[in-house]
Amino acid sequence: MGDTAVSRTTTQWTLRVLVVGYLTLLVIWPVALVARETFAHGLAPVLDALRQPEVIFAFELTLSAAFWAVVINTIFGVGISLLLVRYTFPGRRTLNALVDLPLAVSPVVVGLALVLVYSGRTGWLGGSLEQVGLKVIYAPPGIILATAFVSMPLVIREVVPVLQEIGTEQEQAASSLGASGLQTFVRITLPAIRWALLYGVVLSLARSLGEFGAVKIVSGGVAMRTQTATLLVEERYQQFGAVNSIIAYTAAFILALIAVLALVVVTSFRPDKGTPR
Amino acid sequence: MSIKIAGVGKRFGDFTALEGIDLDIATGELTALLGPSGGGKSTLLRIIAGLEVADVGSVEIEGVDATGLPARKRNVGFVFQHYAAFRHLSVAGNVGFGLKIRKRPRREIKSRVAELLELVHLSQFADRLPAQLSGGQRQRMALARALAIEPTVLLLDEPFGALDANVRKELRAWLRRLHDEVHVTTVFVTHDREEALEVADRIVVINQGRIEQIGPPHELYDHPSSEFVMSFLGPVTTLNGHLVRPHDLEIETHPFDNAYPGRIERFNRVGFEVRLDVRLTEDDQAPPVLVTLTRAEATAKALELGVPVWVTPVANASKVRITTPPTLASDGLDVSAADSVPQPTFS
Repeated sequence: MGDTAVSRTTTQWTLRVLVVGYLTLLVIWPVALVARETFAHGLAPVLDALRQPEVIFAFELTLSAAFWAVVINTIFGVGISLLLVRYTFPGRRTLNALVDLPLAVSPVVVGLALVLVYSGRTGWLGGSLEQVGLKVIYAPPGIILATAFVSMPLVIREVVPVLQEIGTEQEQAASSLGASGLQTFVRITLPAIRWALLYGVVLSLARSLGEFGAVKIVSGGVAMRTQTATLLVEERYQQFGAVNSIIAYTAAFILALIAVLALVVVTSFRPDKGTPR
Repeated sequence: MSIKIAGVGKRFGDFTALEGIDLDIATGELTALLGPSGGGKSTLLRIIAGLEVADVGSVEIEGVDATGLPARKRNVGFVFQHYAAFRHLSVAGNVGFGLKIRKRPRREIKSRVAELLELVHLSQFADRLPAQLSGGQRQRMALARALAIEPTVLLLDEPFGALDANVRKELRAWLRRLHDEVHVTTVFVTHDREEALEVADRIVVINQGRIEQIGPPHELYDHPSSEFVMSFLGPVTTLNGHLVRPHDLEIETHPFDNAYPGRIERFNRVGFEVRLDVRLTEDDQAPPVLVTLTRAEATAKALELGVPVWVTPVANASKVRITTPPTLASDGLDVSAADSVPQPTFS
């Protein structure tokens, strides 16, 4: 018995070292290096970089695009989740598979696809949209679309299992007590999925802030017009000069910081793994 | 009539859940829908509640045609087997839900909730979450929640099915008392005959989507109209082509009247009761006849293993002639070796 206990702790320790080593090499060490590079010359150059109009603009654009993408994903995410869990209809399995498509397809392909549809010159929908004054490609709407597309599954994949777990009895009880569909949704369903929904929202916010490939293709990446934070990082990183490097690292550091903060906040808020209590 | 069901039928794909159901339930009555699982009784209850829609037929509640009404407009209280507690609301929040939806003044809701929690003995738990209650407490909360809207009818779907045996017994006695106090027309679904016999004013036996028999508990027990009802409502044994209750058999160690001769093959004492397997002399291929009597009777008659005996039904015994082929019926209906209630299998 003593032997098995010893071998169990040995296995545990080996696994721990492996996992920590893996995470260190893959995530912690590289991200830490970004932080070190950012503050290599102290705080002053970082603050200077943050005062650059291009940087301010890029973050404003990123945040507003991410905000709208998250709004879109929250509304449609909850709607599609309800559709997938509560109803059976022809094509449900196909829809279920399609929801994962953005995770599987390269964002660059997503960008190209959006250009094909929404480009003002060649897209089959873009021309008519431009005639009514809505420019999509090389403009903020395109950025929002691309971001929303890429982060679409995150809300759905968090909400669907919780919806399945809570079942329909609470909703049936609510309706037998006189609640309308909307009342049932607001008072029963929404509170039941709130933690999963919040987690999904934060995940898609983090994902939206960091989107690069699809946005690069649909936005054109023109500074002060369509350049998001990630595009700024890439551009400045490739240019010569210490100032540009500092700007690139500063922007990268802030992107990482927001994402980490968001996850930390949500993880500490959420009671336990998906259990709505 | 509080509930009037006429010609109701329901299919799920190829499966016929209900067929040609006609049922009237009087105001203030406590009715049990009794039958084996998958027999359609829950579906019928859900059709009354509006949680399921009948393919054909009509449902009338207090004189109003409810066939096309959605659940929320039927003013029906529904209690689910697994409580369906609103997990994010307190006990008081759960009970007050229906009143809140009806936009009653806050003070009225508060006093009504307090009154109901008193009724179900949960006053001291008003601020707890359902997760902090036991199963029995949760079900009482669900009952208070359903009663809060002052429903025209109260429907309970296997209300005690998820509870352990002791709590179940306690709660059904309590439900009976509650009904005598509140007097709301109540229909509950159960597959437990003892529950139905003990609690209900009237029992509706449902099997394979059809109503087998309707009547007060004692009438169903004493005058079952079919083999199914007979065997579902209590223990049975087979004697001379009839189903008889084992306690309705007279047994002596000497010949009498037209009694059938046999021999005691098994002698089994369970508490105050003695259960005997009697192998008949005439038909020793048939399964043995089960006879139950009290220990005192068995001692007085000097009944022992291997003793020759004579058996016949008592004068007013309830009997049902067996018509189905024995191969079909014997599995479920023969309880000569079983100590428990037969659960007829109709697979």
